[in-house]
Amino acid sequence: MTILVDHDTRVICQGMTGWAGTHYSAAMLEYGTRIVGGVTPGKAGTRHLNLPIFGTVAEAMAETGANASMVFVPPGNAAAAMIEAIEAGMPLVVALTERVPVRDMIRVRDALKQSLTILVGPNSQGILAPEVCKIGVMTTGQARSGSIGIMSRSASLTSEVIAQVSDAGLGQSTTVGIGGDAIHGLGMRRCLELFLADRDTRGVIAIGEIGGSDEEELADFVAAVKPKIPVVALIVGRYAPIEHRMGHAGAIAQNLAGDAESKIRALQAAGVIIAERPHLVGATMREALLVTA
Amino acid sequence: MNLHEFQSKMLLSPRGVNVPEGQVASTKEEARDIAGNLKATGFAVKAQIQAGARGRAGGVRIVSSPEEVMAAAGDLLGRRLATEQTAPTGHLVSRVLVEAAVRPQQSLYLSLFVAPSTAEIVALAAAEGGDDIERRVLSGQARFEQLPLGTERSFDRSAAAGLGARLGLANGLIPSFVALLERLRQAFLELDATLIEINPLAVTAPGDFVAVDAKITIDDNALFRQPELLALREPSESDAIEIAVQNRNLNYVALDGDIGLVANGAGLGLATLDMVRVANGRPANFMDIRTTATSLDVAHGFALLLDNPAVRSVLVNVHGGGMQPCDTIADGLGIAMRRNKRTLPIVVRLAGNNAEYARFRFANFGCKVIDCPDMWTAVTRAVSAAQSGEGQP
Repeated sequence: MTILVDHDTRVICQGMTGWAGTHYSAAMLEYGTRIVGGVTPGKAGTRHLNLPIFGTVAEAMAETGANASMVFVPPGNAAAAMIEAIEAGMPLVVALTERVPVRDMIRVRDALKQSLTILVGPNSQGILAPEVCKIGVMTTGQARSGSIGIMSRSASLTSEVIAQVSDAGLGQSTTVGIGGDAIHGLGMRRCLELFLADRDTRGVIAIGEIGGSDEEELADFVAAVKPKIPVVALIVGRYAPIEHRMGHAGAIAQNLAGDAESKIRALQAAGVIIAERPHLVGATMREALLVTA
Repeated sequence: MNLHEFQSKMLLSPRGVNVPEGQVASTKEEARDIAGNLKATGFAVKAQIQAGARGRAGGVRIVSSPEEVMAAAGDLLGRRLATEQTAPTGHLVSRVLVEAAVRPQQSLYLSLFVAPSTAEIVALAAAEGGDDIERRVLSGQARFEQLPLGTERSFDRSAAAGLGARLGLANGLIPSFVALLERLRQAFLELDATLIEINPLAVTAPGDFVAVDAKITIDDNALFRQPELLALREPSESDAIEIAVQNRNLNYVALDGDIGLVANGAGLGLATLDMVRVANGRPANFMDIRTTATSLDVAHGFALLLDNPAVRSVLVNVHGGGMQPCDTIADGLGIAMRRNKRTLPIVVRLAGNNAEYARFRFANFGCKVIDCPDMWTAVTRAVSAAQSGEGQP
């Protein structure tokens, strides 16, 4: 089984007529994702990649029955695109845009409060359920269908860990790029909850880094629910140059600075298995599964 | 983007936040004249560097005449000031802020930032501010009070008043404290800030709040719509290279070791850095190639490493993704190596999209690289090459 996407996922792309939207929509179609249309204000009624283009998300949903949207809109308009999809009641919104301003994300998160939409991203590489559905930009060559859930804040490390998991003889149920920005939609905590509700996911890997508070919230959740399946975490940035450790007096003293050591301590205390070496994440999960079995 | 104290105050003052009267000077004579025009009996002369803990490092002088202002400015200008928050070499002081000294009855700490878990602006405050606030909070001598200031649509005045009460402010001060919080919140949004820190925030005899020090960080991702703030950016000594490479879709931070590091993506870059340190290697830099970089951008980045005389080996850790295949990076390295005659050991680990094709590109360029099958092998190989000095003339 998968989370967030399945064989019934019908995707529209907001910003499909742009260069990136075109390129990656074409790659997704080739992978077998059911893209049913695109949204570009001002180009309603035209066709692109042999698919209908709509002026608004609401129209696209009404005409195509789309239940997921991929946002490939430039940073200045990305928040407006996300909010449009949220207000239209789109169940799943995957925002790939990088460099969305923080103030805009405050607005987006506010819009999410009154809705049932799940937002993944922004600055996400997308969602990949091997052989089922791909929404995003990731490569699929090393992905294999299987039983490990991956949730990650880093695109490049995700490709690496997918390859390691496949090489370890395990596949992935779903890989979710939750996005690299401090302020984003779906967090690790909720994502783990979704994985735990999936009968076929037998282990979950969290890929985290310095900054933000996802790992701390994940630790609290794991400590509270004590999952029966292994949760392995790779946290990078222990030796990050000081310029990369954001922080001011308040953040540091309140433990809001999110340095790697404090994240690792919190996760370890909660019972999460720390993958000490970035090249051994797949092997760490395989061992953890043997111990659990 | 971090702003200087004088820039931060210049932005806060027209937004209704009281700041001490004063101006910035780049010569000691200018500093004296500014002081002469201030109707004050005491003056503060403050080194303008982007680092905290200046007070304890001697970067802030309180004096009582324009002549003493000139002497203090003469002493500070042109020298390097190191604080607990800078590298030991410190930052060059090229400007001082000359202000009328403030005599506070009480000094608070106040900052605004966005809490990632709730995506709300949060105010953090302490009854007693100052340079050493962090230490006092960590040791339990002081306490932070925290208040979510809501989203863009709402500001809860009674909650803000409650924060003032928790800080022990006199009843008569509460209305102006609430007004200050509301103005700061508005400024935070208008300026696309990610941090506003006022430390100390003075309460003066007439019952006013005055920002004695101020620090603002602007969201880099919002600079496209903040042209006035972008104009405040100063490519200073340490970050001139870093800004130049940002325009090339690279992130670069100089470090003091001997292994040049290149990875695609920040996460893989940080992982590589961690591994090199675990293997007892010393990174010369942190560099991550953003997905939007072209091979010419990448060549520019490699040139920085090859031009760094401290670099004794180069480690290239690439996992080609959907947006950036391995061959883009191979081409970049090939171009840089053709332009530079140094024969450093170049250790590469290529995986993912177009890894095979990248090896073919290296061969075409005539690049001799040490090709390793996995990350750890590559890391240990680069560390041993740097330590043994192999390939050095």
